[in-house]
Amino acid sequence: MSSTEPLIALTGLAVGLRMRDGGVQPLLRGVDLAVRAGESIGIVGESGSGKSTLALAAMGYLRPGLVQTSGTARFAATDMFSPAGRALRGGRLALIPQNAGQALTPTLRIGAQIGEALRLHASLPASEHPARIVDLLAQVRLPTPDVLARRFPHELSGGQQQRAAIAMALAGDPEALLLDEPTTGLDVTTQAHVLELLRDLAVRRGLAMVYVSHDLGAVARVCERIAVMYAGEIVAQGTARHILRAPAHPYARALIAAIPRTDRASLPGAIEGRPPPPGGAGIGCAFAPRCPLAAEPCHASHPPLIAAPGGGEVRCRRAAEALALPLAAAPVNRTARTETAAPVLRLDALAVRYREASLADRVLRRPPATDVVADIALELHPGETIGLVGESGSGKSTILKAIAGLLAPASGSLRLGETLLPTRSALRSPAARRVIQLVFQNPDESLNPRHTIGDILAQPLGLYFGLAGAALHNRSTALLAQVRLGPHYLDRLPAQLSGGEKQRVAIARAFAADPDIVLCDEVTSALDVSVQAAIIALLDTLRRERRAACLFVSHDLGVVRALADRVVVLYQGRICEAGPADAVYASPAHPYTEALLDAVLKPDPDHTLRLLASDIVESGPPARGCAFQNRCPCPVGEICRTQTPPAREIAPGHTVRCHLH
Amino acid sequence: MLRILVTRLALGVTTVALVSLLIFAAVEALPGDACVAVLQRDAVGVRLENCRRDLGLDRPAVARYLDWAQGALHGDLGRSAGSNAPIAPMLAVRLRNTMLLAGCALAVGVPLALLLGILAALRRERAPDIIASLAGIIGMTVPEFVSATVLIYVFSIWLGWVPGIVMADSAAPLAAFFPGIVLPVVVLTMVMTAHIMRTVRSSVIDVLASDHVQMARLKGVPEHRVILVHVLPSALLPAINVVALTVAWLLGGVVVVEKVFNYPGLGRFLVDSITERDLPVVQAIALLLGSVYVGVNLAADLLTLLLNPRLRSRQSGA
Repeated sequence: MSSTEPLIALTGLAVGLRMRDGGVQPLLRGVDLAVRAGESIGIVGESGSGKSTLALAAMGYLRPGLVQTSGTARFAATDMFSPAGRALRGGRLALIPQNAGQALTPTLRIGAQIGEALRLHASLPASEHPARIVDLLAQVRLPTPDVLARRFPHELSGGQQQRAAIAMALAGDPEALLLDEPTTGLDVTTQAHVLELLRDLAVRRGLAMVYVSHDLGAVARVCERIAVMYAGEIVAQGTARHILRAPAHPYARALIAAIPRTDRASLPGAIEGRPPPPGGAGIGCAFAPRCPLAAEPCHASHPPLIAAPGGGEVRCRRAAEALALPLAAAPVNRTARTETAAPVLRLDALAVRYREASLADRVLRRPPATDVVADIALELHPGETIGLVGESGSGKSTILKAIAGLLAPASGSLRLGETLLPTRSALRSPAARRVIQLVFQNPDESLNPRHTIGDILAQPLGLYFGLAGAALHNRSTALLAQVRLGPHYLDRLPAQLSGGEKQRVAIARAFAADPDIVLCDEVTSALDVSVQAAIIALLDTLRRERRAACLFVSHDLGVVRALADRVVVLYQGRICEAGPADAVYASPAHPYTEALLDAVLKPDPDHTLRLLASDIVESGPPARGCAFQNRCPCPVGEICRTQTPPAREIAPGHTVRCHLH
Repeated sequence: MLRILVTRLALGVTTVALVSLLIFAAVEALPGDACVAVLQRDAVGVRLENCRRDLGLDRPAVARYLDWAQGALHGDLGRSAGSNAPIAPMLAVRLRNTMLLAGCALAVGVPLALLLGILAALRRERAPDIIASLAGIIGMTVPEFVSATVLIYVFSIWLGWVPGIVMADSAAPLAAFFPGIVLPVVVLTMVMTAHIMRTVRSSVIDVLASDHVQMARLKGVPEHRVILVHVLPSALLPAINVVALTVAWLLGGVVVVEKVFNYPGLGRFLVDSITERDLPVVQAIALLLGSVYVGVNLAADLLTLLLNPRLRSRQSGA
């Protein structure tokens, strides 16, 4: 096969969802895609755009209920839907799954799962398999590969599971990899390390890659070419530079503008409306109903894929005009806050531990468990938003739960205004409970599926204000209007709403209590970027109109940048750095803050990452010294191991806990 | 792992101790005692007092409980009030018979149920699934005495293939129970299969829909290996507890089947003893059955622990 011949070739591939009535609703509508040996291509789009279906179809695999309606998927000229194609799966063409934690079989050891791939696809005598397994695990840069081979999947951290899945894909010595959101759900620093590993593997082994992701930043880091999908078809494709610098499709531009930035405070641009359901794309351009440039011909007929003015190809009639649409939202000016008002919430030396010392511990004189969260001091002023950032295990959600009274702190105090708050929610007065409201990460789990939206909103309104009848109805309608939902939503059930709409309801429920403090726990992390942008805009408006203070927890530094006046950076339950958002983002003082910011992906093909040398995941804070001592790139010396760094104010309101300062 | 093991064992022992206390208290609370039951009309005056003294019934309840419990720990369950024979050997032979019946039923029923459950899940909502589910439900809902009667009529009276009742004496050698044991085993299998089958079916369906099964298929693993290696180990875990309950039920609760087929097992022994008001025997059987329940469930818990790596790990993962 010559090198110009595509390795993966999809031609006019159409896949549909078989409905109960026997009809077929299209999910992929005639996709053409060619990937040559050694080439990497990114497929981006929102959820429901068909990108994962496309990746799996390239392997000749369709989820139950899906049918191939026309077109072909070939790998090295073999039809992947034929038995011959099926034999290539996992061998010459391997998949790296989205959530390795769930994609690895829980009852088999890591080594056994890689060994299975070797038995199926490698021409290696069985006696050499154990050595090869260890070698593969070492290639994906896992520490102590011989030990990890004997572990079960759940004994590994998320990043390690993903690496094990990569090792399993490499076992068959593939020529091409299909990656289905391989870093979604990983921490920023872990994600950056996994992406570097993938880039490196692709170059070293000359692998072709099809990288499916909703994250343009990740794709920009790994792929030479990018294809943007919308409603089951490719609407724009070209080199990474074409798509990221001068995309000629309004949807591609809107997607880029919806990404929160860390370089300046700006509200990311939301895309109005939502993508059509399968089969609902109509006869015209599928994006026309949401497009700011849509004109008569756009609705009338389906646009062909044409050469784009900025390079690459685009499926848009108004590509020339599209180039003038903004690629980034305008910066917002956060007026520097003069903190004259008394704080509405104050935490002093708050500490949380999950396990109290048991009788056996005391008898055996075991050392007490280290607090998962320790020495948290925080002042929240009226109308202010504080962003709590940190990776998983940093204790940010734990702090929110302690404030909400869902978790009793081991020590320290919580003050609401001047009054000391009881630690448990049950002991608090109704008034104290009303002023603190919580919005959860996943609206699917935080809204009762059997209650209508009306019932959900009626609970705080009835509980705190005794509203009923017409007054209740009017207030509920007004609340829905504030979160941009019509009154007809009152009678709907959560299952009838999209993810973004559900989160709006959850926000409306929190604001129904007319709170002084809103605690937001990763409220946008389950949403698509375009929906996330709309929720950020909504929260921004609401907190200004209602003058509510907000504690905003997120692992996404861009989202925090968009909303927060002040930022608190946490590592292993300890505050590393706290200060005005502008100062912390512009000149991070703590090595951990710097590492976090350096690992943030940007939708820019020329952006490079700077990584911490070590990619270890710590299971708990060290007993003594600085929490970050084990990963710190610039330790001062012995003092880091022995003494907890004190908080030092390096500028007004900007404190750092590091021996460097 | 060791810690969990010790905790579970201690819990099991405590449960058995509480059960023994409860049984003793319940028997105490009954009006009359063993002497009244045995002597019947003569249970007055000196004869009653003598009998009570002989059996030690005149001593305080606490002392008698401790005596009984201590004896039970050493395998001495006292003497029957009716025949004055030691209870333990009688019980042992009945338990042996019941275990033979239960063992045969399990040996046929469990593999059959697992197989049908897996088949139903793999051919979901198609003929094999519908037929298996329907047959299971019928087997579960038809009362044992009805199915037993029909089976006896068809296979022993009409066709004459197997005997309709077990003629062997309770202490007869095990071989003497064949082929009379065939029909009771069939009836028990019919009743127990449905529960296990339905549990297996739904858990196999769940596991088949999971990400790791899709991943195994995309790894190129052949379908039979996907089922054997990637599906069954996790899918069969929920079945363990259902099988445990079935075992406990088979060992203690199949009175009707034993009665219909004249099978000399534990259940019939219990019912007969109750009719004769032989309270020491009733007490001993109740204690035995309680221990069996606790033991079987404990075994199921430990087996689950052993087979599920997520439950026995040193650290909890991400």
